[in-house]
This record gives sequence, C-alpha cells and structure tokens, in this order.
Amino acid sequence: MANKTVAFEIKRQANPDAPAIWERFELEWRPGMNVISSMMEIAANPVTADGRATTPITYDSNCLEEICGSCAMRINGKARMACSSLVDNLEQPIKIEPLSKFPLVRDLSVDRSVLFENLKAVKAWVPVDGTYDLGPGPRVFPQQQEVNYPLSNCISCCCCMEVCPQFNDATGFVGAATIAQVKLFNNHPTGKVFKEERLRALAGDGGVQECGYAQNCVEVCPKGIPLTDAISDVGRDVLIQKAKDFLRN
Amino acid sequence: MAASPRIIVVGGGLAGLAAVIKIAEAGGNVDLFSIVPVKRSHSVCAQGGINAAKDLKGEGDSTAQHFDDTIYGGDFLANQTPVKAMCDAAPAIIDLLDRMGVPFNRTPEGLLDFRRFGGTLYQRTAFAGATTGQQLLYALDEQVRRYESEGKVKKYEGWEFLSAIIDSKGAARGITALDLRTMELRAFPADAIILATGGIGAIFGKSTNSVVCTGSAQAAIFQQGAYYANGEFIQVHPTSIPGEDKLRLMSESARGEGGRVWVPRTVGDKRPFKQIPESDRFYFLEEWYPKYGNLVPRDVATRAIHRVVYELGLGIDGQPMVYLDLTHIDRETLNRKLEGILEIYEKFVGDDPREVPMKIFPGMHYTMGGLWVDFNQMTNIPGVFAAGECEYQYHGANRLGANSLVSCIHGGFVSGPIALKYAKSLPAAEGDGGAAAEIARQAGINKALMHNEGTENPFRLWRELGATMTEYATVIRYNKGLKQADQKVVELIERFDKVNLSDKSQWANTSFAFARQLKNMLELSRVVVQGALLRDESRGAHYKPDFPDRNDEKFLKTTKASFTGAIDGPKFEYEEVDTQWIKPRPRSYTAAK
Repeated sequence: MANKTVAFEIKRQANPDAPAIWERFELEWRPGMNVISSMMEIAANPVTADGRATTPITYDSNCLEEICGSCAMRINGKARMACSSLVDNLEQPIKIEPLSKFPLVRDLSVDRSVLFENLKAVKAWVPVDGTYDLGPGPRVFPQQQEVNYPLSNCISCCCCMEVCPQFNDATGFVGAATIAQVKLFNNHPTGKVFKEERLRALAGDGGVQECGYAQNCVEVCPKGIPLTDAISDVGRDVLIQKAKDFLRN
Repeated sequence: MAASPRIIVVGGGLAGLAAVIKIAEAGGNVDLFSIVPVKRSHSVCAQGGINAAKDLKGEGDSTAQHFDDTIYGGDFLANQTPVKAMCDAAPAIIDLLDRMGVPFNRTPEGLLDFRRFGGTLYQRTAFAGATTGQQLLYALDEQVRRYESEGKVKKYEGWEFLSAIIDSKGAARGITALDLRTMELRAFPADAIILATGGIGAIFGKSTNSVVCTGSAQAAIFQQGAYYANGEFIQVHPTSIPGEDKLRLMSESARGEGGRVWVPRTVGDKRPFKQIPESDRFYFLEEWYPKYGNLVPRDVATRAIHRVVYELGLGIDGQPMVYLDLTHIDRETLNRKLEGILEIYEKFVGDDPREVPMKIFPGMHYTMGGLWVDFNQMTNIPGVFAAGECEYQYHGANRLGANSLVSCIHGGFVSGPIALKYAKSLPAAEGDGGAAAEIARQAGINKALMHNEGTENPFRLWRELGATMTEYATVIRYNKGLKQADQKVVELIERFDKVNLSDKSQWANTSFAFARQLKNMLELSRVVVQGALLRDESRGAHYKPDFPDRNDEKFLKTTKASFTGAIDGPKFEYEEVDTQWIKPRPRSYTAAK
C-alpha cells in the first residue's frame, strides 16, 4: 500500500523586495501532524514536490501550544495559529500564506510590532508605586476576575487585525486587541487611574470609532476573547469621555 | 567607575523581565535582548501556578515549611541559603504580582485563592486559571513596556546572543549578538550582563519546552569558561501529551484539582474506560503513596508511570500511555480552574477531557542544572550573572511544581540590583575591552559555517541528538547507555563540521541561526551525559537502577563542569553543598515526611 501523503502549497518570498512564488510540497502523512510539524519536516528535507532543492521555510513560532501568539498565518485563506492547525482537519492542498496586513520579513514571517506600539500608546499597564513590599493588592471579587481574565488571555497574535476590514493604512485603526486591553486596564482598581488618558487615546483618528462592526475579529480570535463586547463598552466610554471633555472646555 | 552603568539582560522571560524592572527602578539603563518579542517567551507556557506560603487557607503553612518541602523535594542537593531566601521572599512576590494586576483566581471574599501542588501537603499555589505563566509574564512585560516608554529600557527583539565580550582581566565587557533579520553581527558594550536564557529542552529533541529553549546561550558562555552545575539533573514531567512536533505539557494542577492517574488492573484489558469498574482500575500513585497520592513530586510520579508501563505492561492498549482522569469533577469547576489546559488537550488531541480521561505520558520538561552562580547570582566570570532556569541554584535534584515561576522572579529580582552595584564599581575598560577580538572570532565561526561544504543537514543531526538524549539520559540511566550516548554526541560533533546549509542567504536565515544553536547544544549534551555517568547514585530526578540509593557520603555535592575543548569532553569537579539549615534525611513519599 502506498503511504498516504499530504500536499502543501506555500507562498515564498526571500525578502520584502523579492517576488513572491508558490512552492508545492508533499509529505508523508503522520498521525497528529500539524502545520508547524510539517514545516519542521520540510526543514529536515527541503525538497519540493517536483524534486527541486529549496530552502527551509522562514516562519515565526515558539511555544507550539497556542499560547505565545507567534505562529499566526493564513491557512487555506483563514488567519489562524499554525501550531493548532491539524492537518487532518484541513482541505488539501493546504495553502499557507503570511498575514497580509503586516510588513513581510520573509516567507511566512511578518513584523507585528505595531501592536506593541499601540499598547504603549494606551498605557496598557497598572502603574504600581514600586516593586518593594507594599502588601497585597486591592480585593477583587471572583465575578470581576471572571470578566478580566478572558481579556488578559490575549496572545497578541494579531489575527483580529488581519481580518478586520477597517484595519488598513487609510483608517489607521488600532484594532480590536488594543481596545480589549483598554477595557482590561480600565477595569482594574489601580489601572483605572489612566482611564481618561486611555479613552482619549482612542477618541481620535484610528480610534474606536473606526470599527465598522464587521465582527470578523471575534470570530477569528483563537482565544475566544469577547472582542466585540469590549469594543462596544470602550466605544461607549469614549463617547462619554468626549462629552465630558467638551463640557469642561 | 562607569558614570552611567549599562546593563545587558539577555532573555525576556520572567527572570529577565524581573531583572530589568529592578534595574530600571533603581535608575540604571538596560538593553534587553531576546530572540522573540519578549511577550512570546517560554515563561508564557507555565500553567499551574506559583508557590508562596501565604497561609490563606488556615492550614498553618509557613515559609519554613515551603523551604523544607523544597529542600526535601530536591533531595538535599540545593544549597540551602538561597533557597531559604527565595521561600521567604515568595509571599511579597505574590503581593507584588497581585498589585500589578495579575488576574489570579479569587475566593468569594475577594482574596487570592490557592491550590495544592506536588510534594507538599499545603495549599500553597496561587494561580490564574491554568495559564499562570502567561499572566505573570504579561504583568512583567507591561511594567517593562512602561519603562521602555520612559526611555529607561531599550529592547533588542529578534537578536540572538552569541557570546560575552571578555577583557584581558577576565571580566565581561559586553556581548556579541546576531540580528536574526539582517544577519548583522554586532558588539554591544556593557558593564555587566545577566543571562536569563531559560531551559535546554531542545537537546532532547521533543520536550515540553518552546522552540527557543536550546540552551545555546548557556553553552556559549560555558565554552568561554563559565562553570555549568548539576547538568545531569533533568526533570521529566509525568504528564505530557505526546505530539509530532513537541510534547505538550498537561499541568500538575490537573492533579492539584483532584485529577487521578490510573490504568486498567489487568494486562490487555481492552474495554473502553467507562466499562471498567472502579475495582478494576489501578490508581497506582494513590496505592503506592497513600499520603501524597497523585501529588507526589514529579520524579516519583514519572518513575511510577514508567514502572507501570514498562515493567508491569499496563499501558493503555499496550501503548506507553496512562489515564489522567478529571471526568469525576464537575464541568463548572474544571472550566473555572483549568480551562486553559483542557482547551490545549481538546485542540491538539480532539477529545474533551471533561468527558473522556486524558491519555498522557512523561516528557522532558525542565533542567534543574544550569550555569553555576554564587549566592549573588554571579557566574565565575566576573560581570556575567544568571537568573531563572538557565542557572542551577534553587531546585537541587528535583524541582517542585510551581516553584519555577517563583525562582525565576526571585532570581531576577536578586540579580538586577547586584549587577547594577557591580557595574557601578567596575573600573573603565582598557581600550575596547576585547570587543574587536570577539567580533573577529564570531565572524570566523559564521563564515566557516556559511561556506561549509558537506552533506549534513542540521535539522537531521538535531533529530539524532534528541533521540539519543531521550533514550539514554532521561528517566532511567545506565552507565553503558550513557557512554553510548556520549560517543554518539562526539560523532554528531564531528559530523557537524560537514553541515552544508541549504540556505546561504543573508536575510532572516533561520537555518543558519539554528545551526549555530545546534553546535552549542551538542557541547551542552556532553555536560549532561558525562555528569550523569559520573554520578553513581540515585537522587531526585537522576535515577540509576544499578545504584538505586542516594549516597550522601560521595555525592552530596554540586557537580561543576568546565569546558576543555579536548575530545574527552568537559572536566568535572565537585563542591560541598550548603546544608546549614536542614540536616539531610532520607527522602520518601510513602508517608508524611
């Protein structure tokens, strides 16, 4: 009996200025294989389906258990994490492309540092006085923790930004991930000291009002974060903040 | 004296970020180097929780008890003074994390909730669902981002540490690093460097570790003269999910919340689990260790699973697997306390562990050994500090669950201010401090690797290394096998010289970066294998059936390996262990200690 094989079509680009090409690979099927294990296999034997020698594929990955957020890419047209993309659940040939809305580095690797810059702009942290021993933090009831914990699960994969029609150069929209972090830190008893600043940061161009309610973000989020709820909550707070600022002036 | 000392921290996991925060808080300037964006570091994978004896459950827990559990769990190999300091510091670390906004699980009254973990009888583990490492890493990442936006921290993400720059007097003066995008090699001057470069899972091929956990940085500094201590002590976690690309961790917290490990009592029992009545189930940990039950320390649980599978032949369907069963616990509790890990199992295996017992097997997880450091977290190279999993000092011969997060943060907190103090009193470097010479050495290595002619593929060599290390140097060790493994590593080192990279480009060349790591992994593998070969006793995670007992007279000692460059491999020497606080006693988990 011939061994079962799995077919891949992978978009390759040697650098940001090089032309993009597609390469086809055929690997022996193994139980439990996923997109990352397949690319590891290609690295150990970098030969295309038509027998041509090629280079191992450049891609971002680290934890391989969908918690570090590294390996987001487009698989059969859908933005998702490569490590949890089990080959048995995917239609073949499995088409793999880099995320399209971020500067390309090489092959499937892109530069997503824009999210980390956005997190700076909204002061996504709790301003503690210092690291010396100041005793326990404020009391938080389980009901509040159960609201905050899911928001704090964001792995910065940027899938929500990739699939958002409003996330583009024209709008400068910050995207759902950053807005959800604003909700998280505004919820925190100490973090909320920056609440007004955060809301003002989301009040102008590229802010929360750019959202077109396509709801793609919440569908694609690998961690199931209630992103659209966060956007409506923060959107409402931004409006209230704008009204307050208007009246004060 | 340096007017404004500059500290380099290598690694942006919990230990590295903790060090950065302390230095920035004290007014120092930090350059932070990391292969991946720091928020994607391996600390993110820690699941179950972080230990601190806050005694919020009315059990009479104390930091002294935490200290005793840790020393006993580590089979008395750890130097006791730093471990005592860590256990004493732990409650304030939890409070700090709480203030930073970590969404820890709470009691109805709004206080921190705690659960039980292995190797203790107290509920001492604070947790945020089953993604505690992620939540802790994010909290520190956020604080570092705050300092970054104030200009006190400069991040070099996507840079890989290659070596330390060492001056003519033997002191560190900076590092050389490789930009993984442009492939630029550059020297970065510094007055002190802190390595917080994590674990070494990759030398075992597949492990629970992340891709970046190659131990390459530790191996590089070892080859520059740093001692590597207790390298033979490798923790194999009892419960992982075997996979094609890695072994995914299934947290000890599953047992902390009541999960039970079992196999069918009869060899060849093919019935589905639901049709196997209680009386036909062998809860071997509970039967063999009635006091600790499923929460014996990891080395004990791992050996028990091996015995059940390989000696008694009781693996499920004859396969190397046992059940980890949560199905008797209600869904609501499972979702509230363990959801993160249950999702991992569901996504990667396809079964719902709320309905079906998980099938698990031990997997390489952690290195207790690491760079030798003194009680100030400094290696024997002046100005090179180490913190976190990459150093050796907190876990002895076996680490207790939920002690790694506290040791990372504590080690980072200790090393940061001490490195700053050291840097402030360091005389100015003579000339360039050795930077040009070190750059030339690294450029030579890079050029040779890029232009090598041969037939070897680094990824295939790595698979052979992983298979060898896993077979001979994990749960059960025989001297014959260890010798074979060392010979195999020597063979791989020779074959490494014939590596021909299929990618010779100068842009984001991951094969090149990997090949450099691989050479370092090979050198480190010899430290693990030979250290194990020389230690003819059984202690903690190091188990030799031919030497089944602990031998304090000969081996209550820290192993210190140093690099020789000779074909025979590293040189080994032994150092007395600090046992001034708790007198060593036999370790057994069949009854309360």
